Amino acid sequence: MAQPFVKKDDDHDDELEYSPFMGIEKGAVLQEARVFNDPQVDPRRCSQVITKLLYLLNQGESFTKVEATEVFFSVTKLFQSKDTGLRRMVYLIIKELSPSSDEVIIVTSSLMKDMNSKIDMYRANAIRVLCRIIDGTLLTQIERYLKQAIVDKNPVVSSAALVSGLHLLKTNPEIVKRWSNEVQEGIQSRSALVQFHALALLHQIRQNDRLAVSKLVVSLTRGSVRSPLAQCLLIRYTSQVIRDMSNHGQSGERPFYEFLESCLRHKAEMVILEAARAITELDGVTSRELTPAITVLQLFLSSPRPVLRFAAVRTLNKVAMTHPMAVTNCNIDMESLISDQNRSIATLAITTLLKTGNESSVERLMKQITNFMSDIADEFKIVVVEAIRSLCVKFPLKYRSLMTFLSNILREEGGFEYKRAIVDSIVTIIRDIPDAKESGLLHLCEFIEDCEFTYLSTQILHFLGIEGPNTSDPSKYIRYIYNRVHLENATVRAAAVSTLAKFGFMVESLKPRITILLKRCIYDSDDEVRDRATLFLSVLGGDGTVDTDEDSKEFLFGSLDVPLVNMETSLKNYDPSEEAFDINSVPKEVKSQPLAEKKAQGKKPTGLGAPPAAPAPGFDGYERLLSSIPEFAAFGKLFKSSSPVELTEAETEYAVNVVKHIFDNHVVFQYNCTNTIEEQLLERVNVIVDASEAEEFSEVTSKALNSLPYDSPGQTFVAFEKPAGVPAVGKFSNTLTFVVKEVDPSTGEAEDDGVEDEYQLEDLEVVAADYMMKVLVSNFRNAWESMDEEDEHVDEYGLGQRESLGEAIKAVIDLLGMQPCEGTETVPSNARSHTCLLSGVYIGNVKVLVRAQFGMDSSKEIAMKLAVRAEDVSVAEAIHEIVASG
Amino acid sequence: MELPPKVKNILLLDAEGKRIAVKYYSDDWPTNTAKEAFEKAVFTKTQKTNARTEVEVTALENNIIVYKFAQDLHFFVTGGEEENELVLASVLQGLFDAVNLLLRGNVDKREALDNLDLIFLCFDEIIDGGIVLETDANVIAGKAGINSVDPNAPLSEQTISQALATAREHFTKSLLK
Repeated sequence: MAQPFVKKDDDHDDELEYSPFMGIEKGAVLQEARVFNDPQVDPRRCSQVITKLLYLLNQGESFTKVEATEVFFSVTKLFQSKDTGLRRMVYLIIKELSPSSDEVIIVTSSLMKDMNSKIDMYRANAIRVLCRIIDGTLLTQIERYLKQAIVDKNPVVSSAALVSGLHLLKTNPEIVKRWSNEVQEGIQSRSALVQFHALALLHQIRQNDRLAVSKLVVSLTRGSVRSPLAQCLLIRYTSQVIRDMSNHGQSGERPFYEFLESCLRHKAEMVILEAARAITELDGVTSRELTPAITVLQLFLSSPRPVLRFAAVRTLNKVAMTHPMAVTNCNIDMESLISDQNRSIATLAITTLLKTGNESSVERLMKQITNFMSDIADEFKIVVVEAIRSLCVKFPLKYRSLMTFLSNILREEGGFEYKRAIVDSIVTIIRDIPDAKESGLLHLCEFIEDCEFTYLSTQILHFLGIEGPNTSDPSKYIRYIYNRVHLENATVRAAAVSTLAKFGFMVESLKPRITILLKRCIYDSDDEVRDRATLFLSVLGGDGTVDTDEDSKEFLFGSLDVPLVNMETSLKNYDPSEEAFDINSVPKEVKSQPLAEKKAQGKKPTGLGAPPAAPAPGFDGYERLLSSIPEFAAFGKLFKSSSPVELTEAETEYAVNVVKHIFDNHVVFQYNCTNTIEEQLLERVNVIVDASEAEEFSEVTSKALNSLPYDSPGQTFVAFEKPAGVPAVGKFSNTLTFVVKEVDPSTGEAEDDGVEDEYQLEDLEVVAADYMMKVLVSNFRNAWESMDEEDEHVDEYGLGQRESLGEAIKAVIDLLGMQPCEGTETVPSNARSHTCLLSGVYIGNVKVLVRAQFGMDSSKEIAMKLAVRAEDVSVAEAIHEIVASG
Repeated sequence: MELPPKVKNILLLDAEGKRIAVKYYSDDWPTNTAKEAFEKAVFTKTQKTNARTEVEVTALENNIIVYKFAQDLHFFVTGGEEENELVLASVLQGLFDAVNLLLRGNVDKREALDNLDLIFLCFDEIIDGGIVLETDANVIAGKAGINSVDPNAPLSEQTISQALATAREHFTKSLLK
C-alpha cells in the first residue's frame, strides 16, 4: 500500500505542495485531448485528460464554442472503448459540456445503445445523460425506453429514470404526464430511494389536481412508506393538503393531524423534524396540537449532534414569534445553549429567549448575554442587538438594564455595521421612551469621545443638536461636543460647530459660553469649519430684536420646506449671474419619483441612517407637505394622518389611495394618484367628493393636479370643514375626473387635444379611530394612577362569538386606533382571559388610557370590561360610544 | 415548499478556501465570480469552527450550510433556508463517508487531487440536478469507484498508475527534501 510510506507533514511543505494539476494550462490540455482521436484508445490516458478538462471547467475556466464543440466531437469517439471507467468519465464530460441540440444528434445513438445495455451502470447513466441534453422531439423517440426503465428491476436504473422525469417535467410536461402508471408502480418499490423519487415525480405530475393529490396522501398515510426521505415528502404533501382543505372552508377536527403526530415517533430523526416543523407551521395551530411537536424539539435541544440542536432551536425560534408561551417550557434547555460551541445555535437560542422571556427574566438574560457577546462575530451581534431593541419596545420598564447593556457593548470593539446597529437601537429607545432620553444621550456622548467612524459621529452630533437642548441640563453635553472640535477630523469638527450653535440658540443661558467656544473655532485649519463658526457667530452675536432671532432659529432648525430633489435640480440649473438664487423659485410640488425608486427607499434603514426624505410618508413628511400648500396653511397644527387607504383595485388603469389628515376644524383628504398607462398623460386631475352621507362636513377647498404623467405619482387634495374638536364621522364617495391625452410612446410627446373622462373610486370613511393618535406610555400603571379615578368610565360589552381572544383584542385595538402597551396585545395561546392596556391621545390633545379585560366562555363568547380614563370626561364617554356603536 | 428537498451546491475546498471540486445545482450564483464570493464567505465563516467529529451547521445569506472537515479538506452542502437540515446532513455524511472509502481512509488534499476523477464521480452519484440520488456511502463509493482497487489488495495487484503515483510521490519528496 502506498499510503503508509508517504505520510505527509503539511506544516513544512505547504508552499511546495505537490498537485497533479500544478501549472495546468487550457491550451495544453486541449492539445492533449487529441488523444481521443487515436485509433487505438488508451483508456487510462483518456480518463486522465477528461479529468483535467473537468478540473479546468470546475476551476471556472470557460471554453469557447469552438473549443467545446471540438472536445465534444472527439469525446464521442470514446464510445468505441469498452472500458467501463472511461465510459463513466465520458458521461460526465458530456453533461458538463452541455452540447447544443444539433451536436446532440452525434451521441444519441451511442447513448440509446447504452440505455439498452446489459450493464446496469450504463443503462442508468445513459438515461441521465440523454435526458439532460435532448429536446422534445428526441424525447418522444426514447419515451418507450424511459417508461421501461422506470419499472426496471435495478433500482439505480429506475431512480435514474424517475429523477430524469422530474427534470424533464419542467420542459416537456405533457410527455412525462403520460408515465403516471409506471411511476405509480415505482411507489410500491422495495427500494427506499426509488420510492422517494417515484413519490416526488407522481406528486409533481398531479400537483395541479387537488383531488388526486389528496387521494395520494390518503392512500399513502395509511400504508407504509419505507424511505425516510419519502416520508418527509409525504409530510410536506400532507401539510399542503391540510392547507388547501382549510382554505376551502372545511372546518372541524383537523384532518391528518394524527398522521403528522404519529410521524413524531418515527425512527428517523429527519422525519421527526419534518413532522414537528409541519405541525408548528399549521394555520392557526392550537397549543394542544403544538405540545407534542415542542416536546420532541425540546429533546433535540440537548442532542450531541449540532445539526439537531440547530434544527430544533431554529424551529422554536419561529414558533416563538407567534406562540411565545408554547416555547417557555424549553427555556432552561435553551439557556444552556447560549454557551454552545456553534455560534449560530447560540445566537438563535438567545434571540428565541429574548422573544419568549417575560419582564422578570430580562435582567438575568442580559447577564448571560453579556458573557456571550465577547466571543461571537459581528453579524451575530447585530441580530442580538436587534432583538434587544424590540424587547425594549415591548418592555419599556426595563429600558434601564437594556440601555446599560447597549452602552456596554458600544464601548467594546466592533465593526461599523455593528456599531451602527447599536446606535440606531439607542436612538429608537430614546425616541420611544422619553424616560430613557437623558441616559441614552449621555451614552452616545461617551461613544463619540472615542469613535472611529466619522459617519456615526456626525449623525450623533446632529441628533444631539436636536434632542440635547430640550433636556433638563443641556450644559453637560457641551464638553463632549466641544472636545470634538479639538480632536477630530474636519467633517466631525464642522458637525460639532453646528451642534454647538444649536445649543446656543435654544438655551439662552448657554449663549455667552457658546459664543466664546465658537470664537475659538474661527482659527480652524479647515475652511468649512471656519465658515460655519463665522456664520453662527454673526447670527448669534446679532443679539438684536426678536425678529432676527426667530429668523435664525428658523434657519437653523426649520426643515427645508422644499423637496431636496427639486432643490438639487434647481441649483444645477441655476446660471451664475447677477441675479441671486431665489429659493422661492424652487417648485414645492413633489415631482416625478419613479415607482421603482420609491420602493428602494422603503428598504432603507430606519433610525439614524434614514435621512428625512421629503416628503416621506410619515407624519413629519405630511406636516411639511401640507404646510407648504397655502390653501391649508391656515388650518393650524396637523393632529394625525392616517395610513394610506387604497381606493382602487390593484392593477387598474389608475391607482389611487387616500391619506386622511385630521386638523382641529378641518379634514384634508390627500389622494395619491398614479397613472399606470404608458400611452396616456392625464391633466387637470381632480377628485369630486360627494359628502351627502357625511352631514357634519362641508367642502371648503380643493387642489387639483395639473399633470399626471405615466408612473410618477402625484397628489390632489380636498379639504372639508367640520365642527371643532368633534370626532365627526361619515362616508364619502369619490370620483376621479381628468383630461386624457394620448402620448406617442416613441417620442414621449403628448397630443394637444384631450378628452374629459372620469373614473369611479371606492368610498372612503372617516371613523372614530381617525381622531385617535397612537402614543406609547412607558409606565402604564403610573400613568393610569396619575389620572383621576373619578373620571373613570367602566362598562361591559358582549363581543359575540370569536375565533380566539387575540382576534377580539385586535378588533378592539383597530376600532379604537390606540397603542397597545407593555406587549399586552399578544395573548398566551391557551388563555381564557386577558387584560389589554391601551393608550392614545384624542383630538384636542386629550390623553386617554384604556384597560380592557377580556374573557371567553366555553362557547367562545367573548365579554369585555372596558375601563377608560381620560383627562376629559366627555372623551371617556366618547370612547365608550365608539365601542358601543362599533 | 411542496418540492422535494433540493441541494443548492456541494463544495470541497482546501484549508485555504481554494476550490478542489465544486458543483452548483441552483441559479443563485450565476457567474464564477459569484460562486467564488460565496465559497469565500462560507469558508471564512466556518474556518474557525471545529467540524471534525460531528457535522456542523450554519446559516448564510438565506441558506443553510452543513459542513464537515477532515485534515486539510472542507466539505460543504448548501440548501435553502426552508430545507430540512437533517436531509442536508445525510447528503453530507454520505459524501464524506464515500470519499473516505474511495480515498481508502486517507482523506486529505493531495489524495483528493490525485483521485479527482473519483471525487467528480462521487458528486455525480449523490445529487442529480439538485435532487438527492443516493445517500448511502457504500452504494455511492461502489458506483463511483468502478475502477478503483480493493484497498486490501496486495501490492502486486496495484494498478500501474497507482504504482507510478507512489513512485512519483517518493521521487518528488526526495527532491524537495
